[in-house]
Amino acid sequence: MMGIDPVTLIAALIVASTPILLAAIGELVVEKAGVLNLGVEGMMITGAICGFAIAVDSGSPTLGFIAAAGGGAALSLVFAFLTQYLLSNQVATGLALTLFGLGLSALIGVSYSGISPPVTPSLDIPGLSDMPVLGPILFSHDAIVYLSVALVAAVWATLKYSRVGLIIRAVGESHDAAHALGYKVVRIRVLAIMFGGACAGLGGAYLSLVRVPQWTEGMTAGAGWIALAIVVFASWKPWRALIGAYLFGGITALQLRLQAAGFDIPVEYLSMSPYVVTILVLVIMSSDRNRAALNAPASLGKVFHATG
Amino acid sequence: MLVLEKRPQPSKGWIAATPVLAVVLTMIAGGLMFAALGKNPVEAIRIIFWDPLFNAQFASYARPQLLVKAAPLILIAIGLALGFRAGIWNIGAEGQYIMGALAGAAFGLYFYPTENPLVFPGMIIAGAAGGWAWAMIPAILKTRFRTNEILVSLLLVYVAEKLLASAATGWLRNPDGRGFPGSRNLSQIEAMNNPELIANTGMHWGVVAAFIAVIMAYILLNRHILGYQIKLAGQAPRAARFAGVRPTRLIVLCLGTSGALAGLAGVFEVTGPAGQISIDFNVGYGFTAIIVAFLGRLHPVGILLAGLLMALTYIGGELAQLMLTIPAPAIQAFQGMLLFFLLAVDVLSNYRIRLKREGLA
Repeated sequence: MMGIDPVTLIAALIVASTPILLAAIGELVVEKAGVLNLGVEGMMITGAICGFAIAVDSGSPTLGFIAAAGGGAALSLVFAFLTQYLLSNQVATGLALTLFGLGLSALIGVSYSGISPPVTPSLDIPGLSDMPVLGPILFSHDAIVYLSVALVAAVWATLKYSRVGLIIRAVGESHDAAHALGYKVVRIRVLAIMFGGACAGLGGAYLSLVRVPQWTEGMTAGAGWIALAIVVFASWKPWRALIGAYLFGGITALQLRLQAAGFDIPVEYLSMSPYVVTILVLVIMSSDRNRAALNAPASLGKVFHATG
Repeated sequence: MLVLEKRPQPSKGWIAATPVLAVVLTMIAGGLMFAALGKNPVEAIRIIFWDPLFNAQFASYARPQLLVKAAPLILIAIGLALGFRAGIWNIGAEGQYIMGALAGAAFGLYFYPTENPLVFPGMIIAGAAGGWAWAMIPAILKTRFRTNEILVSLLLVYVAEKLLASAATGWLRNPDGRGFPGSRNLSQIEAMNNPELIANTGMHWGVVAAFIAVIMAYILLNRHILGYQIKLAGQAPRAARFAGVRPTRLIVLCLGTSGALAGLAGVFEVTGPAGQISIDFNVGYGFTAIIVAFLGRLHPVGILLAGLLMALTYIGGELAQLMLTIPAPAIQAFQGMLLFFLLAVDVLSNYRIRLKREGLA
């Protein structure tokens, strides 16, 4: 196990987790509002190319991230329109979003492959960043890493303590009851879907601008699906999504280190490990009947059609 | 103000009309996309939908390709449609397709060199078994642990792709291939070849299998108790349970069938049109088949037609790449758009649109 330094491993873990964490926390809010959007992968990759293209063209990673959030949210609006106004099946529409997003992103990205994006600066904090061990792990990341953790905290606090959170949860648990109370079910869901899209877009841009950093076709490689799995793993609880994403990032970072260290396992088997572990975790979570059923929003994935 | 009023029963007329409407809308939106890319939209649509079939210069090459491309799409979509009807979502057909090809190729190459005529049938069975086994993973996890089959089947696609890479560069690599990745060329080995059965038609054993699958699925859905149970489970799960339908059995059957059919598609492809196991063997048929299944209204005959249409967009897309230098991903976006429009206009089959004056509600 030589060549694997725990400090750089943990720092790498955080970078590897951030795209998935961003997508997962967005999808968590969407599902809390009772909507199952399987298009996370498509919104992520669209965010990845929107962010990349704008960052390269403008030279500003900040503008890139804003564009990525906008791109993801714009694509999610298509899903919102179809499922909320045209009452289409959410599973099928989500799949369509992913298939379309993969094609659209590849189309936009034709002229952007092989380019290096502008560097996203890390927020070095004098003093803190120079500390041994804690410095590289906690205090030498870029703004998006801190934003992702702040988002988790904000989503947690909003869902748990605020009136908005209560309304979102009510809509997700029973859209008919929420509608009877006078809440605009469709409007709330559309906003939640857009939030999810913006988060997925940000996550995608983090992949193409920081993690890789380059544009390649299909570069999300299932990250959106893993984000969906993490929402289930988290039992729809924000802090657990953070744990899930970091666990997954840990496996990804570790297997990459093992590959680099020339560990005696074929590369293909190492690189399939994140997917296999995700499946195993899903199995463990769903096998506990009480835990799995208790937290799932009751109206998740159901079509809402106001009749009165 | 426009309001939607649920129909007591989906409109038969609109169910048949919506795919056509969706294709027309996709042509319009696709035309706008091509125009945005700086191409002549009318010409692009003509090249995609008309020239492969009727242009004297290209038709002789393109027409046989229609069956070659449609066969795997139809085979996979038929299997997926059974599950989709029952509310069982296998979206990992791409992985089952890969595993079918791997299992079939591995079975054949194990006997290399051979002239035994039983090897090819054996490979076909191995291919179906490979796809079936890969689909059994989500099926068993779903029935035993209630794990979501959507996520598991999809994640297994990535695992299958890694296995494919390790096969192409390692355990199935051609020992006489001077170290290049990729297996021996199966289509050049007499005992393992899936040949063109009638010259210049594109007809190979996979096409035959696809036609048989369409007929079998039609009989199953319309004349067999199992088909009735599948439809019942999808439309009224509670009623289905009271009627004695065992969900576990349906899950295993639907996922197993779709996996086996995807595996068949994979092994017919690897022994015929593709010829060998290579890193980029899979080209997304497993995902496009999802669009085919929906465009065909989950109905066997509809899937047959939708499969041919989708095959046309593949061939026409290649032609458009050649003639107009339209980038390849544009066709993928075009196909994705088709599913969007289909789902959007489907509202017309389930709901009536009524004009209602504000304030009367």
